This record gives sequence, C-alpha cells and structure tokens, in this order.
Amino acid sequence: MSVQKDLFYAQSHEWVKYIGGGKALVGVSDHAQEEMGDVAFINLCEVGDVVDVGGGIGDIESIKAVSDIYSPVGGTVTKINDELLDDPSALNSDPYGSWLIELENVSENSKLMDAAAYEAFIAE
Amino acid sequence: MSELIFDKSKAGRRCAVIPCRDVAAVCVPERYRREVKAELPEVSEIDLVRHYTNLSRKSYGVDNGFYPLGSCTMKYNPKINEDAAELKGFTDIHPLQPESAVQGCLEVMHTLSEYLCEITGMEAMTLQPAAGAHGEFTALSMIKAYLLDRGETSRTKLIVPDSAHGTNPASANMCGFTVVNIPSTADGIVDIDALKNAVGGDTAALMLTNPNTVGKFEKNIEIIEKTVHDAGGLLYYDGANLNAVMGVARPGDMGFDAVHLNLHKTFATPHGGGGPGSGPVGCKAFLAKYLPNPVVKSENGIFSFERPEKSIGMSKSFFGNFLVCVKALAYIMTLGAEGIREAAENAVLNANYLQESLRGTYDIPFDGPCMHEFVVSLERLKRDTGITASDIAKGLIDRGMHPPTMYFPLVVHEALMLEPTETESRETLDSAAAALKDAIAAAYDNPQSLRDAPVSTPVGRPDETAAVRNPVLKA
Repeated sequence: MSVQKDLFYAQSHEWVKYIGGGKALVGVSDHAQEEMGDVAFINLCEVGDVVDVGGGIGDIESIKAVSDIYSPVGGTVTKINDELLDDPSALNSDPYGSWLIELENVSENSKLMDAAAYEAFIAE
Repeated sequence: MSELIFDKSKAGRRCAVIPCRDVAAVCVPERYRREVKAELPEVSEIDLVRHYTNLSRKSYGVDNGFYPLGSCTMKYNPKINEDAAELKGFTDIHPLQPESAVQGCLEVMHTLSEYLCEITGMEAMTLQPAAGAHGEFTALSMIKAYLLDRGETSRTKLIVPDSAHGTNPASANMCGFTVVNIPSTADGIVDIDALKNAVGGDTAALMLTNPNTVGKFEKNIEIIEKTVHDAGGLLYYDGANLNAVMGVARPGDMGFDAVHLNLHKTFATPHGGGGPGSGPVGCKAFLAKYLPNPVVKSENGIFSFERPEKSIGMSKSFFGNFLVCVKALAYIMTLGAEGIREAAENAVLNANYLQESLRGTYDIPFDGPCMHEFVVSLERLKRDTGITASDIAKGLIDRGMHPPTMYFPLVVHEALMLEPTETESRETLDSAAAALKDAIAAAYDNPQSLRDAPVSTPVGRPDETAAVRNPVLKA
C-alpha cells in the first residue's frame, strides 16, 4: 500500500494534486483501489460542473460494490480523464497516475491530510 | 463448457414421428407465414433428454446441498407446495375468466392475504408485486400517493440505514424520493442520535429491515418508531429478514405502516431458475385505499375483485405470480401457526449454532447472539495471508457447499454472510463448519489452492472483471 508524498488526502480516500494556476487534479488513493478491488466502470460528472467540498463527482463500480466519490476540494470541472473511462483497470494499477477530474478556481479545504497524516489515518 | 442444444442439431432429426395426414391439407394464409425458417434445434429424444439432464447435473441448488447465502433465505422448498400448485383448478384457468368461474383461485388469494396480514400485523395486502424490490417500489408509490393526497409535498426524503439492502435506496430513487443515509452504531444497529438528526418536516418515511442485514434485531425499534412518527414520517418494513421473527414478532406491532414480503424467501417458494418471485405488500388500514388494483374481497362467501378507492393502479399484469402464491399458502397451511413460529426459532438457533462453531476461526464483528444470519470479517486473514473473502468463498465450492454471500453488508470489510435456514440438520451444520474451518487452514498452508479454486466445477474461476468490462453476449 503506497501513499504518495506530494498529494493531499480526504478521509473518504480521495487525493488532490495542486498543479498551479488555481488548478488541481483529483483521484482516489492506493488504499481506496485496494479496498474496492478490480474496477469495472467509472462514472464521472461533466466538464463545466461546479462542485463543492465533499460534493459527489461520480462513482466507481468494482466487482464488490459501487462506491461514491466525493471531491476533496471545491471548483469547476475543466477536464475529465477520458482515457481512464476507457480503461478503468488503470485505476488499480496506477492510482496516483489515474486522475479522475481536473478542477479550476480550486477552493482550499483545511481538513485535508498530508501524506504522513493520511498514512497514520489508514493504519488506524 | 457444454455444447449448446443447437450444436447437436441435425437436419431432419426428430423426437416424434407424426402420423400420416388423413385430412386435406390447409395452408396458413400467406400473410401469417414466416419469411425465414424458424431456427429450432433438430434432435432425437434421447439426445434431448441427455442434454438437459447433464446440464442440470452441473448446477447447484438447495436440493443438492448446503446453501447458506446470507440475506437470501435459501430455505428448502417442500415438494408438497409443488403438488398444490399443479392442481388443474389452479393451472387450467385464464385471468380473464369471470369471477364466478374462478372462485377457488380468488379464495386462495383472499386467504393468503389474510394469513400474511396476521403474520405481519397489517390490515390489508396485495399479492401483485413480482418480487421484493418491486414490492418496495409498490409500497413507496402508495406512501407517495398518501402524502400527496394530504398535501404534504415537502416530505421528499426517505431515510435508509447504511446497512440496508441496496434495493432500498434504489426503490426510493425510482419513486422520486431523495435518500438520506444514516450510519449504524458499532454494534450494528441504527444510530438513534443520527436518526433524530435526520428526521424532520421533510421526512417521508424510514425504510428498515428488522432484524437488519447484519443479523441483529433493532432493539430500539420503539424509540425508532416514535422518532419517525413524531416527525410525521411513515415506517416501511423491508420483509427480507422476516424469517427470523415470523410467528414471534409482528412488524405491525412494532409500528410499521407498510411492509413487503418475499414469498420466495420466507414462505418457501423457489428462487431458482428465476423463481418467479413474489413480493406481496401489506399496509395499515389508512393506506389500504392506495393498494394496487384489484384486491380480492369476500362477501357472504362470494369472492370478487374490487378497485381500491385511490389505487395507484396495477403494479403487475393481472394478479401477480399466482402459482407462487398457491405454493406459499400451501406452506403456511402445512406448518400452521405453531410451525411458522418453530421455523423462525430453528432458523435463529441454527444461525447461532453455526456462528458459535466458527467463533475463534472467523472474526465475528458484532458481539452477542445473532438472529437468523450472521456476518464474519476476513479482514485479518487478508492482511495476514493475502487471501480474500472471495478466495475463501471459491474454496468452499470445492468443499461441497454453496458459498455464503460475499462483500455484503458493505459496513463490514471482507464480509461473508451466512444464513443456514431452519431446515438444516446439526450434522449438516457441523460439516459446513468443518469445511469453513478447513478453508481458513488452507489460507495459511496452501493459499495457492484457494486462489485456483474452484477446481471441482465445470467452470473454474471466470475473470469476473473482464466479464463486466467486456461482456461477450453472443457467441
């Protein structure tokens, strides 16, 4: 189980990567993909949608269950990862490379954890 | 894999020789004739019999062995029920026959409705819905009609505990309600504080399964009932787990306003081969006028159909899966009031016996005795050995039993859920416990054997992910 250093994490196991210019990428952690098991489908919100902190941005369907995905930060959706929708298995093999959506006008969320705090959180 | 019957087809081969024609031939008018030949298999009788007999030997059902599929109540279906359902008076009829010609069938529906009302503590019943989720949708439609009738248009939210069957939020959504999820406590029951925070002027109803999906009786049901009713909401009972309490406790007495039942679970009608299922809906008197059309009424010994005053309409064509209702009535009448109670008591006893047999080998996340089913967690096993709940389930197939339910309820990680049902003997439970323990031992001694399992079935381990991602629906 890996936790990537330069990301910030939500308790619901999504990560956010700030990429400058008020933009950020959102994905789910290695721990989350491990818990979900083999991913079969991903449904995501649409470009132009405005999401709040903790707002739903889609769901991930695995062999075990369908899990809702919540945005760790607020913002406006500028891109969704079409390649990932075509090959959802990439989320299992490379969870930190497999971003789900890109947001702009990102609002901060002070409750997010850094890598060390998240590592401690999932060890609980 | 087996050959299809079509692969065995040889042109001109037949099961029977039709006698020579001794009357003049009359041709079907041209406009009714097919333009292309019907693609039907052409086989001899012996090939036909062998084909389907061999296929049937590759399947596994409750008539073959232990089938502890939690939450599904895969109880044995007594064959006397089939005898009743095969009676000509029930099979050689048409739904459009006049009421006077099918009084016996109407009496079956009326009597079954009354018995189900007695068992659930409800005051009216429909037998129309085809299965559980259909029953949920039907009952929620009635609740919606009731609320709209009263002008309570702000009551748009349905409260559903996080341990609920997935059909509950799905039915609520289909009915146009917004779902509010509330968490469970550490001991697996409704969190009363969370419920109190969730209810209000926008509450339409609470959907609750009792005993719930982790096999616990909601001991605070009286507080739950008061909380929801005081807020002006209704209580809906998901009857999936009625098998644990039938003849002992009644949803109506717990304060529920509407229920659905699964005849194919609780009342011993088949699930197999698509059932068909049957999901009657019962309600208190104040909801009766919204029941699906028609209901059967009895007056001076004469049975007739009646349209409830503000009926939501038909929820299924004609009268539901009628023959399933005949089987359920046969089951109830065979057991009688005492037998119904005894079935529930034995279901709970068997589940507790199996739970205690496994304690120590399997982690039991919730303390204390269970009802008719229980959940184990294999999270520790997965951490220690890499073997998952799914691997253990597959390994159990090689050990001669049907796997328990996997990965449900979602509130327990690496969950397996076992429901032995009342008809299993102590010997069967003992051998199941031995198989379940043997699979855990294999996780430490020979984990590869579980990753390869099952090896004793016609199909080994299909790639479930690939099947979902890239389904091949046609050869």
